[in-house]
Amino acid sequence: MRPSRRVTIIAATLLAVSMVASVLLLRELDKIRTNATLQEVLYVSSPTTIKRLSLGYSSLMADIYWTRAVQYFGGKLHAGDRHYELLGPLLEITTGLDPKLLVAYEYGSNFLGAPPPLGAGDPHQAIKLIEFGIKNNPDQWRLYYDLGFVYYLELKDYKAAERAFEAGSHTPNAHPFMKLMAGNMAQHAGEYGMARLLWTATYQSATENLIKANAQAHLRAITTDEDVLALNQIVARYQHDTGHLPRGFSELIAAGLLRGVPQDPLGHPYKLLPDGSIEVADPDSLPFIQHGLPSGYVPPAAVKLLPAD
Amino acid sequence: MSARILHIASNTFREAVRDRVLYNLIAFAVLMSGAAILVGQISINIERLVVINLGLTAISLFGIVIAIFIGIGLVSKEIDKRTLYTVLSRPVRRWEFIAGKFFGLAGTLVVNTICMAAGVFAALLYIWPHHLQGSDTGILVALYFIVLQFLLITALALLFSSFSSPLMSAIFAFALFVIGTFAEDLRGFAEMTHGAQHWLATAAAYIVPNISALNVIAQVAHEQPIAGRLIVFNTAYALTYSVMALLGAILIFERRNLK
Repeated sequence: MRPSRRVTIIAATLLAVSMVASVLLLRELDKIRTNATLQEVLYVSSPTTIKRLSLGYSSLMADIYWTRAVQYFGGKLHAGDRHYELLGPLLEITTGLDPKLLVAYEYGSNFLGAPPPLGAGDPHQAIKLIEFGIKNNPDQWRLYYDLGFVYYLELKDYKAAERAFEAGSHTPNAHPFMKLMAGNMAQHAGEYGMARLLWTATYQSATENLIKANAQAHLRAITTDEDVLALNQIVARYQHDTGHLPRGFSELIAAGLLRGVPQDPLGHPYKLLPDGSIEVADPDSLPFIQHGLPSGYVPPAAVKLLPAD
Repeated sequence: MSARILHIASNTFREAVRDRVLYNLIAFAVLMSGAAILVGQISINIERLVVINLGLTAISLFGIVIAIFIGIGLVSKEIDKRTLYTVLSRPVRRWEFIAGKFFGLAGTLVVNTICMAAGVFAALLYIWPHHLQGSDTGILVALYFIVLQFLLITALALLFSSFSSPLMSAIFAFALFVIGTFAEDLRGFAEMTHGAQHWLATAAAYIVPNISALNVIAQVAHEQPIAGRLIVFNTAYALTYSVMALLGAILIFERRNLK
C-alpha cells in the first residue's frame, strides 16, 4: 500500500471514530448537566439591545425568539413543570423585536394567562403583553378579543372584559361576535353560557388546529359540567320523590326522569355511584372539567388534546 | 456604457464565478429547504414569516459578505498579480477599469440574488402550494432594495480598496455597513446634541450610508404596503451614494502611483 493511501485510510478512520466519540461524549455531558440547559438562560434580556445587535434584521430575530418561546413553553408543559420564569421575558423580547408578530400575542397570552399546569398562571402579564400588541396594532380585533378573554376567564373581571370586547367591536373587519360578547358581559350572562360563547367564537375564528382542539376540549368540558350538574339535580329530585337514591340510571329512566343512559360528549356513559354522585368514565380524555371527577383524581402532568374536527 | 467597461465587467463576472462565489447558493438552498420543512414542526404559525424573513435576510447577508470580500480584492488582486499593468497598457482608462469592476461585481450579485429569490418563492410555494398572494409582490420590492444595498456596499468596498490594503478595506466597508444600519439612530442622536457635537453627529449621520432605509423585510413579511415614494427616493439615494463612492474611488485610483 502506498504511504499516502495508508495516511488517507488512517485519517478517515480516526475522523469517523472522533466524530462518533464526540457525539457520545456530548450525550454523557447532557446527562450530567440536566439542570444547566441553555433554555434557562437569557444572555441578553433587553429587546432594544437585541434589536440593535440584529443589525436591522430584527424580524428574523423575532421569529427565532418566538420559536424559542414555543419550545420553552412546550418543553415545560410536556415535562409537567409548572415554572415558566423565562416565558414572559421571551415573549417581551419577541414582540419588542417585531411588534407586528400577532401570533406571539395570541398564543403568548394563552401561554401566560392560563392557570398551571396549562400555562404560567400570570394573567396580569398576559394582559400587559396584549396591551402592548394593541398599542402597536390598534386595528386588530383579535387582540381585543384575547384581552377580553383573559379578563373574563382568568380574572372574572366582567367590566374590563366588556370594555375590551366593546373596543374591539369598533375595529375594521371586527368579527360580529365581538358586539355580542360585549353585550353578554354587560348583562353578566350565565357562567357556562358565556364560556360556551367565548370558546365557540375561538373555535370558529381559529385557523390553527391546536387552538381549535383546545377550544373543542373546553367546549366538551362545559357540556360535561352542565350534564353532571343537571344529573345531580335529577338524582336529588328522585331522592326527594322516592326517599332513596337510585341504584342505577335504569331507575331514573323508569321514573321518566331520563330518556336513556346519559353519555358524555365523547360517547362514554356517565357513572352513577351508590352515593348518588355522578362521575365521568374517562376523566383523562376530558381535561378542564370541574365536575364529575373521581375522588382523589390526579390529572396527568401533560394535557392531551384530541385532534380538532 | 463603453465596450471596454463591458469587457472588464464580464471578465469580473467570469472571475467571480470561477472563484466559486456562486457556491453560496448551495448553502442558501439548504437553509431555505431546512427552514421550510422544519419550522412548522418547531414553531407555531410562522412558516410563511420565517421563509420570508430568513430568505431575505440570508440574501442580504450573503450578498453583503460577497460584495465586501470580492469588492476589496477587485483592485488589489489585479495589482498583486500584475494583471492590472497588462490591462492599463491597452487603451483602457483607469476610471473605465473601476467602473467595469463595479458593474461586474454588481452583475454577479444580481444573478446571485435572482437565483436566491427563486429559492424563496419555491419555499413559499412548498409551504403553501398554489397560493402566492398579490401581497407577495412586496417581496420583489424588498429584493430590489437589497440589490440597492449591494450597489452601495460594492461601491464602498471599491472605494476603500482603491487606496487601502484588503484587510483594512474589509474592516472599513463592514464598519460602514454596521454604522449604516444605525443611520437613523445617529440622526436621532444628532438632534439631541448641541453645538459642535450636533454638527459632527449630523455630518456623520449624512456621510454614512443609510442602510436601514433599504431594509423593508419586516414590513414585507407582514404584508404591509411599501410606499411608491420610498421606492423612488431609495433608488435615487442608493444610486447617488454609489456614484459618489465610485467617483471617490476613481479620483483616488486616477492619482495612485502604480509603479
